[in-house]
Amino acid sequence: MSLLDTPIWEVIKGSFAPEIWRDMVTPILDTLYITAVASVIVLILGVLLGILLTATSAEGVFPLKIPYTATGWLINVLRSLPQTIMIILMIPVARLLFGRSYGRDPCIISIAASCIPMFARIVESSLKEISKGKVEAAKSIGCTNFQIVFRAIIPETLPSLIRGFTVAVISIISMTALAGMFGAGGIGDVAVRFGYQRFQHDRLFACVYVLVILVQVIQGTGNLVSTHILRKRNLV
Amino acid sequence: MEKPFLEIKGLHKTYHTRSGDLPVLKGINLSVHKGEIFGIIGFSGAGKSTLARCINRLEEVDQGKIFIDGLDILALSEKELRERRRKLGLIFQTFNLWEAKTVYQNIAFPLQVAGVKKPQIHRKVLETAELVGLSDKLDAFPGGLSGGQKQRVGIARAIVTEPDVLLSDEATSALDPQTTIQILDLLRDINRTTGITILMITHELDAIKYCCNRMAVLEDGVITEQGNVQEIFYNSQSRTGALFAKVFFEMQHAGTMNNGEGI
Repeated sequence: MSLLDTPIWEVIKGSFAPEIWRDMVTPILDTLYITAVASVIVLILGVLLGILLTATSAEGVFPLKIPYTATGWLINVLRSLPQTIMIILMIPVARLLFGRSYGRDPCIISIAASCIPMFARIVESSLKEISKGKVEAAKSIGCTNFQIVFRAIIPETLPSLIRGFTVAVISIISMTALAGMFGAGGIGDVAVRFGYQRFQHDRLFACVYVLVILVQVIQGTGNLVSTHILRKRNLV
Repeated sequence: MEKPFLEIKGLHKTYHTRSGDLPVLKGINLSVHKGEIFGIIGFSGAGKSTLARCINRLEEVDQGKIFIDGLDILALSEKELRERRRKLGLIFQTFNLWEAKTVYQNIAFPLQVAGVKKPQIHRKVLETAELVGLSDKLDAFPGGLSGGQKQRVGIARAIVTEPDVLLSDEATSALDPQTTIQILDLLRDINRTTGITILMITHELDAIKYCCNRMAVLEDGVITEQGNVQEIFYNSQSRTGALFAKVFFEMQHAGTMNNGEGI
């Protein structure tokens, strides 16, 4: 069904047809898989990079000028690349690791490469929210730098880190749609192949519903968890 | 005369800011005896907090010596310093509790960091909470406590490792008069029962009058007077006297702890 020859309400009605949703099952699972795996990678590496940035900064627990400047510079370079270019740039890397540059798993590389630097900056700004006094209190009881970071700074800034991670997951989802154009599969792939190339707007609408619901659920969960922690700590 | 327990000699500290060098401590000499509550008074900007932070090396010193129980604090390695800090409690004006941890966890954390075994931690936390009067608040988070209760947690956290020195950096300055008295009473109790040496840094003259026998006046990065509290007040040199009068006047004016006794 196309908007070119069908009124919009007909297309909307058509977009709920069972045969359309039968074809959506695999793409939805693909998108969920890509998002989940990429999120875990982005979470781990982003947090580590964010910690590195925070700890080695001039006000950090372990100031180191060269690693700090180098990491910051690398992140800025990676962040200045538009996502499309990042996908193209990562094709050889994916081929090296997976033997092919298309499909579910190889696209995770480019998504991670694009979202890790962004999330690292979010983590950095969250970690820096901690008051200087709490860090000094940790120092004054004889904490090592490692203990200060992992047992004081991270638990203290957890609600903010969770909100930041929510933002990162949502941008990973939006990037899976883009990666769909480059043969990654998933919902983006359906939207491009059917919605764009074949004018099957009922299928395009189905993609839109799924993405909207997915993003809402993730944002809602992030808010809920973060607020729950703040409530538990009597901070709201 | 007995040998000082905490001794500071010729301590200098300068902050290097973008707008030039800012000397904060200009040759501090201080002797504190074991088991006493020693007061340091001074206005904001006199260098009080910097002095407290230099003693446990939260701030690195430019020049001078600090000895605690004969140990040269400034000569310690990072690892030795961490060990020593566990025996050097610090309480803050702004409490600086960890809000992600319950009262219990706040008090337990210094022991965990020190590698104490779990059953011992449990026993010690309960004991310390009892001492500061927080036994019924152990599962609460600091966010739900009043200022006085927060400072009790701060004190419990600072003394749970049984330190020999407690640095109190304006510990009562954020509290109302009644709570201030309670916290000062608590500090006096702890001093009496454990024999801990307390260095009480404050801008509140009454807090010093209430707790200390000996004191020092810190003015513009220099100790201008040091000795018996009464003596310093009655026989102070003009500049310090003026400082005191001003402190007293300001407190009366602000209606804080002054109980109208007149000094």
